[in-house]
Amino acid sequence: MMTLKVNGREHQVDAEPDTPLLYVLRNDLQLNAAKFGCGLGQCGSCTVIVDGKAVLSCVTPMVLLEGKQVTTLEGLGTIAEPAPIQRAFMEEQAAQCGYCIAGMMMRAQALLQRNSKPTDEQIRAELEPQLCRCGTHMRILRAVHRAIRLMDTADAAPANRSAQ
Amino acid sequence: MNAPVILDRRRVLTGGGALIVSFSLADAFAQQQEAPAAAPAPSPPGSLKTSPYLDSWIRIDADGSITVFTGKAELGQGFKTAAHQIAAEELDVAFGALKVVTADTKLTANEGYTSGSNSMKDGGTAIQNAAAQVRALLIAEAARRFDLPAENLRTENGTVIAPDGRRSTYGELVAADMLHVQAQPKSKLKDPSIYKVMGQSVPRVDIPAKVTGGAAYVHDMRLPGMLHARVVRPPSYGAQLTECDTSAIEKLPGVIKIVRDGNFLAVVAEREFQSVKAMNALAAAAKWKETASLPKQDDLLNVLTNLPSQNTTIFERSNPAATGVKTIEATYTRPYQAHGSIGPSCAVAQFVDGAMTVWSHTQGVYPDRQGIAEMLRMPPASVRLIHVEGSGCYGHNGADDAAADAALIARALPGRPVRVQWMREQEHAWEPYGPAMVTKLKATLDSAGKIADWNFEVFSNTHSMRPGGAGSMLAAQHMAQPFAVPAPKPLPLPEGGGDRNAIPFYNFPNAHVVHHFIPAMPLRISAMRALGAYHNVFSIESFMDELAVLAGADPVEFRLKHLDDQRGRDVIEKAAQGFGWKKDQKPPPDRGFGFAFARYKNLAAYCAVACEVEVNRESGRPRLVRAVAAVDSGQVVNPDGLTNQIEGAIVQSMSWTLYEAVTFDDTRITSTDWQTYPILRFNSVPESIQVHIINRPGQPFLGSGETGQGPAAASIANAIANATGKRLRNLPLTRKRIKDAIDA
Repeated sequence: MMTLKVNGREHQVDAEPDTPLLYVLRNDLQLNAAKFGCGLGQCGSCTVIVDGKAVLSCVTPMVLLEGKQVTTLEGLGTIAEPAPIQRAFMEEQAAQCGYCIAGMMMRAQALLQRNSKPTDEQIRAELEPQLCRCGTHMRILRAVHRAIRLMDTADAAPANRSAQ
Repeated sequence: MNAPVILDRRRVLTGGGALIVSFSLADAFAQQQEAPAAAPAPSPPGSLKTSPYLDSWIRIDADGSITVFTGKAELGQGFKTAAHQIAAEELDVAFGALKVVTADTKLTANEGYTSGSNSMKDGGTAIQNAAAQVRALLIAEAARRFDLPAENLRTENGTVIAPDGRRSTYGELVAADMLHVQAQPKSKLKDPSIYKVMGQSVPRVDIPAKVTGGAAYVHDMRLPGMLHARVVRPPSYGAQLTECDTSAIEKLPGVIKIVRDGNFLAVVAEREFQSVKAMNALAAAAKWKETASLPKQDDLLNVLTNLPSQNTTIFERSNPAATGVKTIEATYTRPYQAHGSIGPSCAVAQFVDGAMTVWSHTQGVYPDRQGIAEMLRMPPASVRLIHVEGSGCYGHNGADDAAADAALIARALPGRPVRVQWMREQEHAWEPYGPAMVTKLKATLDSAGKIADWNFEVFSNTHSMRPGGAGSMLAAQHMAQPFAVPAPKPLPLPEGGGDRNAIPFYNFPNAHVVHHFIPAMPLRISAMRALGAYHNVFSIESFMDELAVLAGADPVEFRLKHLDDQRGRDVIEKAAQGFGWKKDQKPPPDRGFGFAFARYKNLAAYCAVACEVEVNRESGRPRLVRAVAAVDSGQVVNPDGLTNQIEGAIVQSMSWTLYEAVTFDDTRITSTDWQTYPILRFNSVPESIQVHIINRPGQPFLGSGETGQGPAAASIANAIANATGKRLRNLPLTRKRIKDAIDA
């Protein structure tokens, strides 16, 4: 039994210690957003945020996460109360099949948390580990730029949430 | 064909009992449309031809709730939202006033596959006409109740309204079986000038869940008591399992069962990662006898042109008066290419009391049901296939195979739902690839610089090995009593397969087009977005540029000179104008401009793409800087959805065109992940893509999913030639090939 802190809540997880975080999130905690894409750390669909950094959950064993804060897309906001990055992706219609999108958003979110005004070049460089097959890249870039503007506005508001 | 389905749906119809419908549908339309033409009776449009009952498409309950049924599936292309818009428009209800149920063999019509850019043409058209006819029926019923002529009534927001203010909602008007009537050939459709929902960029209905972690995919299904399975595939095509000691694996934590049936091997465990570990152990324990059967990867030109083929002249035009003075020839090749879905295929199956239910991201629930029923030797009526979204497929990927895997495994564990998730290496090595192709072109210019004679030969496999029969599915091929792979067939023209878009859309006085259909399939292949049109358009449009250079003509002007079709000319002019294309233009140093055009299948959407590419002369690295497209897809339902499809087509086609080839040695596929099969990453994404839509109000839907693939490829190839002065004819146009051409 291990304690895992996900989206601000502690969970007791009974999984073998070498189990990659992805399987724990998807099956034990029933969180859908992080996706299985390759299991090899090559495509980024499983990206979540751990202690502020984008992490590939498919190659991160659970045992390494003791005492750390894990944030998934579910931890940012909901359909009713979307976080700025979620609102931005909806407003830009930045998805086709959408399978890669949760991972994209989490890596972009990690970037925006440490650099609230990245350049277009910095965004592209940051998203390098993330693959999209539908060719939605232009919209994804537009959505991240929109998220920057929305976060700027949200900063003024008291209820701004951010991932740890 | 789908009579049992209609009965199912009728049973769920709720309503006010045994009201006898006292008028016929033809009466309802009597004042609204022309008299039907003389026999033979014309059939209703789109998929209404094969599923004519209106309640196959639209159900209205007594409480007024509206459900629209479509046999087409949401693949991430936005069809569900478009279907929603069309139905809301023609029913005259708000967008949010209805729900759409997609492909499910128990609930929806059989619309075959969601493929070929046909969903709007077949399914969208059916929904549009069914909705219009349902609305007319409701008006007719209100007319009867109000004792007023139907033409005096109007509809608004799900209510029929009389001039005197009397109103009746659709729910009040509908009665049992009222909609169980056959569609008429013609409908009174709304005038596009009064559209409220169609033509609007309504946000996609599926996106909110996808960006907030909602359950959106078959991968996200968690049924009570669900088990996790993994398959151990053979290491190569045709490998035979000679030995497999499973005793140690059966004792691994969580392992419930090992399923072996001939060369089909799978393991089922309580928890997902337990199944992954057991799969690895099982793979290590399995011993296979392999056969070296694959051709030489670097010699596909000779491999394909030397395989036996059935040769058909598919187009011939002759005008002896037109003669030429300058002749050139060229050969173009395309390697095997992968769909490369980001999420490996997945399916869930459950076998209860002799009935099998399979949840799958298949493109064809009915054909898949047929294949799985045959594999399990069950009656199709005992198998239900339900479409649940998956990762984008771009054609026939591993979806159907994963569905068959899940069904075969679930049968061994009655009662328990079983989820099968393919691994990355399995999707890459076992998906049916887009076929390799060769085209040989030869053309002659006359003294005025016009094409006098055109010869085109294409060498290709079929472009569909989709199920229908069990033999198309890996699990059935690998069983102890295997099902044979069905004999491949060329797909018939006018849509075609390997010869899709092989016939030139331009006007040439002399033309000769031959399709060399190759039955032998050294690699597993099937339908990939645009089928043969990707390579044929790449070839034709590259060669058009070669001829334009020979004629000393501007590429855009040269195309227009050979094209009469006005809608084709319009997209060419629109793309050129949007790009800022000018005759005698000079690109900046190390950059090139490219242009290409096609009408998909020569009968669907029109698309032209202009682009600017930069080539690093030192490394050979090409970079798409910007692209401008123009598209005419007929009546536009969702402009942003159409734009999204074209943007995606350009970016995906760029990835195919610049980077992608399946690799193999003499026995095994060697491109088994994203390191060995690299695709586009963010550092190569263009600076901008613009899409200009030419809307054609009231014209038929032409579809848009595949129209951009060919023009984007050729536009990029032409820009590389323009930048370097070197023509590359072998896909993909890699950095190394460009560098070698520059240095040659």
